[in-house]
Amino acid sequence: MGLSSRRAVYIPFPQAVPCSYILNMDDCLGINPIACGKCAEVCEKDAINYDDQGEVVTRDVGAIIVATGLDVYDPTEMDEYGYTRFENVITSMEFERLICAGGPTDGHFVRPSDQERPKRIGFIQCVGSRNPKIGRPYCSNICCMNTIKDTLLLADHYPDTQNSVFYQDIRASGKSFEDMFQRSKEAGTRYIRGLPGDIDEDPKTRHLIVTVENTTSGKLERHELDMVVLSVGVQPSADRDKLASMLTLSKTSDGFFMESHPKLKPVDAPTRGVYFAGFCESPKDIKDSVCQAGAASSRAGALLNAGEIKIEAITSVIDGEACSKCGLCAKVCPYGAITWQKGEVAAVVEAACAGCGACGATCTFGAITMRHFTDDQLIAQVRAILAEKPEDKVFGFACNWCSYAGGDMAGISRIQYPSTNRVIRTMCSARVSEEMVLEAFRCGAPVVLVSGCHYADCHYIDANRQTVKRVQKLWNKLEKAGVRPERLQLEWISAAEGQKFAKVMRQMEELRQTVTADEIAHAREALKPKPKKKPKTKEKEETAPTAS
Amino acid sequence: MATLDTVDELRIGVFVCDCGLNIAGALDCGAVTEYAETLPDVVCAVRNKYTCADPGQNEIKDAVREHKLNRVVVASCTPRQHEPTFRQCVLDAGLNPYLMEMANLREHCSWVHPGDWEGATAKAKDLVASAVARARFLQEQEELAVPVTRRALVIGGGIAGIEAALELADQGHEVTLVEKQASIGGIMAQLDKTYPTMDCSI
Ligand code: SF4
Ligand code: SF4
Ligand code: SF4
Repeated sequence: MGLSSRRAVYIPFPQAVPCSYILNMDDCLGINPIACGKCAEVCEKDAINYDDQGEVVTRDVGAIIVATGLDVYDPTEMDEYGYTRFENVITSMEFERLICAGGPTDGHFVRPSDQERPKRIGFIQCVGSRNPKIGRPYCSNICCMNTIKDTLLLADHYPDTQNSVFYQDIRASGKSFEDMFQRSKEAGTRYIRGLPGDIDEDPKTRHLIVTVENTTSGKLERHELDMVVLSVGVQPSADRDKLASMLTLSKTSDGFFMESHPKLKPVDAPTRGVYFAGFCESPKDIKDSVCQAGAASSRAGALLNAGEIKIEAITSVIDGEACSKCGLCAKVCPYGAITWQKGEVAAVVEAACAGCGACGATCTFGAITMRHFTDDQLIAQVRAILAEKPEDKVFGFACNWCSYAGGDMAGISRIQYPSTNRVIRTMCSARVSEEMVLEAFRCGAPVVLVSGCHYADCHYIDANRQTVKRVQKLWNKLEKAGVRPERLQLEWISAAEGQKFAKVMRQMEELRQTVTADEIAHAREALKPKPKKKPKTKEKEETAPTAS
Repeated sequence: MATLDTVDELRIGVFVCDCGLNIAGALDCGAVTEYAETLPDVVCAVRNKYTCADPGQNEIKDAVREHKLNRVVVASCTPRQHEPTFRQCVLDAGLNPYLMEMANLREHCSWVHPGDWEGATAKAKDLVASAVARARFLQEQEELAVPVTRRALVIGGGIAGIEAALELADQGHEVTLVEKQASIGGIMAQLDKTYPTMDCSI
């Protein structure tokens, strides 16, 4: 943290696990070009290896617990607090090092500018939390209690210090938290409601002048302090992005991993076999992290104990007789689940198929049946919804994992939007075939929405790239047929974006109102299927299905 | 399990859920139920207070037997929540779980259109019609079982990761814990004392 210096060979901290020395190769002189090599000479066990390299280890696992934790907010951008300008302004993490017996000062609490013990200490809350202006709207959950703890530590070690806490709300809702808050006040800590506008330094004494509007008294106050601790917020670890695309996880707008269900499945990722523990899912303290870790491991344990997992019967089936051996399906499958060779019929490896339906929507020979999401089923839904007064309806397709779930999120959050929309669910937006969209227009839909996951979030690796291709093709087709292409819209809505789902529905409704009866009638005619040599199964008229 | 080979006609039952007032408070569940009865191949439509509760599930099971249903449509909440519940319910009643379809009248309708009774009711009818239309094409499906490797990976060696790894190991599973730093312990190990007990962090 820059509070003291460290050698090139060190143990990270006294209680580190594993408790072994590591070499920092950036600082080590190494044995080349001028040999240093002192540590290797003195190590009797020959444990020093200057050339040690990272290696890739492969493990086959049945369950993954993601516990990537947090990064601490760097307050440099909030220049009004002078973190980079004034030595005696420190962060709460630096406070931990200064008060720690194992820290650079052996636990003697001194201020950086003169190594004197500060007597008047101010804590500023919500630095990098609950601040939409800098794009950090959420509460970090832990900083209030951490500051309260710090004031108690100081009161205990140095009863003569005067602590002041500048805050907007004190959030102390956990078990025995309120009690700690009261003890802190009894120990003489002053709680001043209001966040300082800025901090200045007296260049001679290096004392800090804090200006704050006390919102309880309504007065502007100036406080002279020896030291200021910025109670910095926390954020999900930066490493999560890579992991998110590897495991197809989605994130909230704040960057936390999205759970399967906010109340009923709080530790399950939408990807089966993946679970969350700790801060990566939402801001939480140690106790809550431990609780969630227990829950995640018990969920993972249940899966491992079962020893097998049932794959939902939504996989692809290829009819070898109808297959024209074109191989298109094998090209679009994100999982490589389709085997095909030139001149041979394609075949699906069921255990590898995730059921996205990209292949089903691609095959124009009707050779692919998506179990439980068949063309017949989906077309029947389109027709049923648009059977009456289609001109009044906003018709849409939504993928199970993101957009449909975003719609659920709008519901859970009670975000309102016009009731004209009708959405049907497919597993992936890539399942939506050209035929389905055209059928909607033929049935008189004024507008059609295809919606799926954002690129990086696609639950089926990158199947939604097929969606884009298909929609672009459709736009061209519509244009050629004299149908306004914008009547077909493509939107990416994540599972967390209830707001966006509602907004898209409002926009679609506005768009619908611009579509005239003539336009609808024209599209019905212009998009009629042209008779082809190879009739498609989808084009046969509504056949009454039988039960067997 | 009764297979469909023995039946040659579609017999669909529709179950419209009030969800207390969650659905019934924003749209006309009675009208939706009546409408469902008029849809092709629907032989019974029942309105329940809470379809997922035992009495509601029993009504489904009874109706399957009484009306010899071979397709079930539950018009309630999002399939992302209760599809497993109702699949199990129809399985208990002797039907293949894939012969059940849901219409989302809550998250996608009543909760987002309060104060638009007419509009929400009309939408609910369409959602039910869509589910029934789909149900007419549903087929029995068998799920493939694949083995799960009995080993776990924990990514991150902070307090949450350590705790999760230990718990899994205690359950007898082999666990690999990966940590990018030289020591496990994460942020917590950098703290001096921790609230609320004021004890040291390690
Ligand atoms: S896309 Fe259809 S026709 Fe082409 S190989 Fe695949 S299954 Fe056969
Ligand atoms: S494209 Fe999707 S549905 Fe088709 S085989 Fe591949 S994973 Fe399965
Ligand atoms: S089935 Fe769904 S909608 Fe009905 S009572 Fe249960 S939770 Fe509510």
